[in-house]
Amino acid sequence: MITQKHISWAIGLAVLLVLPLIIKQIFPGTDRYYLHLVIQILIWAFIYTGWSMMGRFGLTSLGHGAFTGIGAYVTVMLWNFAGITPWIGIPVAMLVATIAGVLVGYPCFRMRITGHYFALLTLAFTEFVRLCIVGLRDWTGGSLGTQPARYGDGLSLYAMQFEPNRVLAYYIVLAIWLVGLIIWVKVDRSMDRYALDAASQDEDAAASVGINVTREKLKITALSSAMCAFGGAIYGQYQMYIGPDTIAGLGVSLNIVFAVIAGGIWSLFGPTFGAVFTQVLAETLRVGLRGSETLSKLLGQSALALDTFIYGLLLVLFIIYMPKGVVGTLAERWKRKARP
Amino acid sequence: MAMLKVDGLTKQFGGFTAVSNVSFDVAEGEILGLIGPNGSGKSTTFNCIAGMYTPTAGSVKFEGGEIGGLKANQVCHKGIARTFQIPRPFRNLSLLENVALSAHFGSNAHLSRAQCWAKAEESLAMVGLPTDATTSTDGLGAASLKKLELARALATGPRLLLADESLNGLDHGEMDQAADMLERIRKEKGITIVWVEHIMGVLMRVVDRVVVLDHGEKIFDGKPADAQTDKRVVEVYLGETEH
Repeated sequence: MITQKHISWAIGLAVLLVLPLIIKQIFPGTDRYYLHLVIQILIWAFIYTGWSMMGRFGLTSLGHGAFTGIGAYVTVMLWNFAGITPWIGIPVAMLVATIAGVLVGYPCFRMRITGHYFALLTLAFTEFVRLCIVGLRDWTGGSLGTQPARYGDGLSLYAMQFEPNRVLAYYIVLAIWLVGLIIWVKVDRSMDRYALDAASQDEDAAASVGINVTREKLKITALSSAMCAFGGAIYGQYQMYIGPDTIAGLGVSLNIVFAVIAGGIWSLFGPTFGAVFTQVLAETLRVGLRGSETLSKLLGQSALALDTFIYGLLLVLFIIYMPKGVVGTLAERWKRKARP
Repeated sequence: MAMLKVDGLTKQFGGFTAVSNVSFDVAEGEILGLIGPNGSGKSTTFNCIAGMYTPTAGSVKFEGGEIGGLKANQVCHKGIARTFQIPRPFRNLSLLENVALSAHFGSNAHLSRAQCWAKAEESLAMVGLPTDATTSTDGLGAASLKKLELARALATGPRLLLADESLNGLDHGEMDQAADMLERIRKEKGITIVWVEHIMGVLMRVVDRVVVLDHGEKIFDGKPADAQTDKRVVEVYLGETEH
């Protein structure tokens, strides 16, 4: 049966499929820039969705900046120094991230480290990975970052490089984003989701009805870290540049957490909305602050750090006033209206 | 042969001995009352059987196999379900989801999704709770939450049910109902029951046998009628008798 939901999905998908054309019509000349913005939003939306897999069950990890970093760096290092195609490199990177996630997760879950302590432990892990990247500067380029070696004209199936063709890049990341949503829905409808909801509420009670809490948490950690590693790798392939600040490290972790909380940690489109929100905000602030002479004079270079400051402020406000995020809160209002 | 055999069970927390060398059996089909005043060690004994604590010494055998030291989820899979003294519902799930969850994860039968939901409805109906999918746990009173604990335990398909102080916080009518419920569970499902309580009242009517603990030691094991006249049991419950 075709419901209203199916129709809205079909319309939404149709709009997304012709979006490059729409952008070309609205912003002739600057369409490459706007398409770039959309591509970035979609890549981050996928990564945020990956994080929310854990975040929604109370596993507030600050370690996902490490997973995106592992995804990007392992893929690029294998390509640059061993000539291994990303078709193999990305699965390897995902495997490495999954193993790292399980190694950090297992002792935490076994010893029931949750909440603040879990966040702190994973934070330390992120910092560890960032220091490794910076320390291995002969390969990784240190804090300056590095680039995947360009293959031919930069457009290659073998090297998984597609940056010059923005429209192609758009459809690739659109497909990836959609797969992310499908994974979210699959998890949401699985029995494991109930088990993790139960465990996030009361681990003893969950264990008493036969749930192996440690195993359930490890499963979702593996999925979440693999997704974020994949997102990180795609980010590197598209940007053709990876740096410890842009794709690995604490800044990335915090950005992920902020975006998802703002968007809605329990909603399908929450992470995506978070990506739209943070990317547009960052871009507006960057362009706006650079352009404003008064601000530049007043604050100098530090004006560029204002966006981080505003993030922090907004994060606090969201946690206090809108813990379900924008999407979650709107959905709730909508439901209340529909059910008089 | 005894279904559950607790032998020389001891549990220490640091230097404090909560349970000391306690032994008792539970026969198949029996309702055993495990009673004792606050701090007598009955909850610790209970938790050693249910896999929440690892016994310091002694053994717990279920259907011939050692279960002492297993994790709670493993004990559940052996066929032992438990309730909690203070109900611990999963507040973020609906009533039906609470129970369907334990049907899925608790039983060894690998039920399909539809079977889990059917089993959950059956368990909820058995204890007299609403079976529609939308009821949340929010509006439930103490008596209903106790019933939910039971429904959740039943959905795992146990052969032995450990009921922890089921009647705490209920009025007299509700206590009678709860006692009848346990009797019905045994009769209709053939489930053996260990009922942990600190009040003797209603329990005495339903149980076949009582084990009384005091200061971590077993002081009585026998018929409920005899317990009420046993000198040590009376002392424990009513304080020192005058000589």
